[in-house]
Amino acid sequence: MSDTALPRPAFRVATDEAPLLRIVLIAIAVAGLAVLVFAPLAVVFAEALKHGWSAAIQSLGNRDARSAIQLTLLITAIAVPANAAFGIASAWFITKFDFRGKAFLITLIDLPFSVSPVVAGLCIVLLFGANSAIGGWLVANGWPIVFAIPGIVLATIFVTFPFVARELIPVMIEQGRAEEEAALTLGASGWRTFRTVTLPNIRWALLYGTLLCTARAMGEFGAVAVVSGKIRGQTATMPITIEMLYNEYLSVAAFSMAALLTALALVTLLLKTILELRHADQLAATRRH
Amino acid sequence: MHIDIDEIAKTFGATTALRPVSLNIPSGALVALLGPSGSGKTTLLRILGGLEFPTSGRVLFNGQDATGMTVQDRRAGFVFQSYALFRHMTVFDNIAYGLRARPRGQRPPRAEITRRVTRLLDLIQLPDIAGRYPTQLSGGQRQRVALARALAIEPRMLLLDEPFGALDAKVRKELRQGLRDIHDETGLTTVFVTHDQDEAMELADLVVVMSMGRIEQIGRPQDIRSKPATEFVRDFISA
Repeated sequence: MSDTALPRPAFRVATDEAPLLRIVLIAIAVAGLAVLVFAPLAVVFAEALKHGWSAAIQSLGNRDARSAIQLTLLITAIAVPANAAFGIASAWFITKFDFRGKAFLITLIDLPFSVSPVVAGLCIVLLFGANSAIGGWLVANGWPIVFAIPGIVLATIFVTFPFVARELIPVMIEQGRAEEEAALTLGASGWRTFRTVTLPNIRWALLYGTLLCTARAMGEFGAVAVVSGKIRGQTATMPITIEMLYNEYLSVAAFSMAALLTALALVTLLLKTILELRHADQLAATRRH
Repeated sequence: MHIDIDEIAKTFGATTALRPVSLNIPSGALVALLGPSGSGKTTLLRILGGLEFPTSGRVLFNGQDATGMTVQDRRAGFVFQSYALFRHMTVFDNIAYGLRARPRGQRPPRAEITRRVTRLLDLIQLPDIAGRYPTQLSGGQRQRVALARALAIEPRMLLLDEPFGALDAKVRKELRQGLRDIHDETGLTTVFVTHDQDEAMELADLVVVMSMGRIEQIGRPQDIRSKPATEFVRDFISA
């Protein structure tokens, strides 16, 4: 058919690019990803497995390594739910009510993004260290914050604070208050409205924020390095242990720990993908066109 | 139920949404609050529904002071401008929401909820859409589902905010008749907000013309047409 057609100018859709340009763009994207994302990931795993699986697993099995893994999981298990709760509360407060100083509060939520984690760690040391009034009292009563688990939890919560709130605020602004108002006029209490209307509407943003928060909480280094005191087997989290092992030229042990930390982050991403696939129909139905 | 609005005023910060206004709505009436945007008509409707509280003045339901009554206790069937259907729930769950939200003692059993939702779907002439999600409905269908959801709680009054605003002209005409039929069938005191004078004149028993937070005229459609009380009303209805 095409050979019988009259010659006519080749039309192109306005948003389409020339084939060559398309190939170049794709190549740049793939090369960027390969160099910046996949190569480092591959190197981490390759270094960890340099002397085989058994050496890697053995290095993770000693007491200090196990303690670091447990500590990181414990910190994450405390910091993430706390930040999910804070995030929901602050996003709710900011989007459902009008009040003076709203813009200031939003800026405040972003503060941990702009303040260097090391500075955040130092603030906690200054506030709760043994030389401060509060810290001195707490230490005297057997509740040390700095160089102990509570300090690491505080530092982690501070650094990961914006993740959940930042995901939720735009979604909740976009959704407005009408559905909540409708639930109230239908006789639902405030709590029921939150549980049956607000929460289901924000669940994907909440999940995404929580996953980002989890990945960051497990990986936090700067603030934790300052407040933890890096006591091996006690306050050394996984990232801190990695640094210590690397400085001691124990590269298999360091990279094995790094590989495990990476794997934990990948698991959270995998979890998100599985959930998205399983609930694809609901996602489509609840998304506005 | 008859509604008395007694010298209601509302300010938001420095802006005045309603100057003191008074209005008596007889039981079973179909009333239109008609005016341009910013005339205070939606604010007045939201005060009746308990979504806003007046700065001063009183609201009376059947002669009883209801000014401070909570939104839940008012049992006002409210239809929102963009319908505010719960997007993550099916049509069935949307309509059943108010029945399921009742305290345990007053909650109808599951079979009774199903029966009532089915009856409401018949009433809005959409018996087959129970399993669909709001995004899968047309604008006209959404509006009717919102109406059914509001009726499910056995409301004491029906309040509608621009119920036809988001619809095209043909569907709008059909649904006007639909609202009239439902009003006549249920006998509910009904107040709807509109900026469209044809809609108000054609549908309502009583038209309340508002402007700049004031009531300009209250009257039957034909009286407002033949004897506009103020310059504003004359301009607005001839536009």
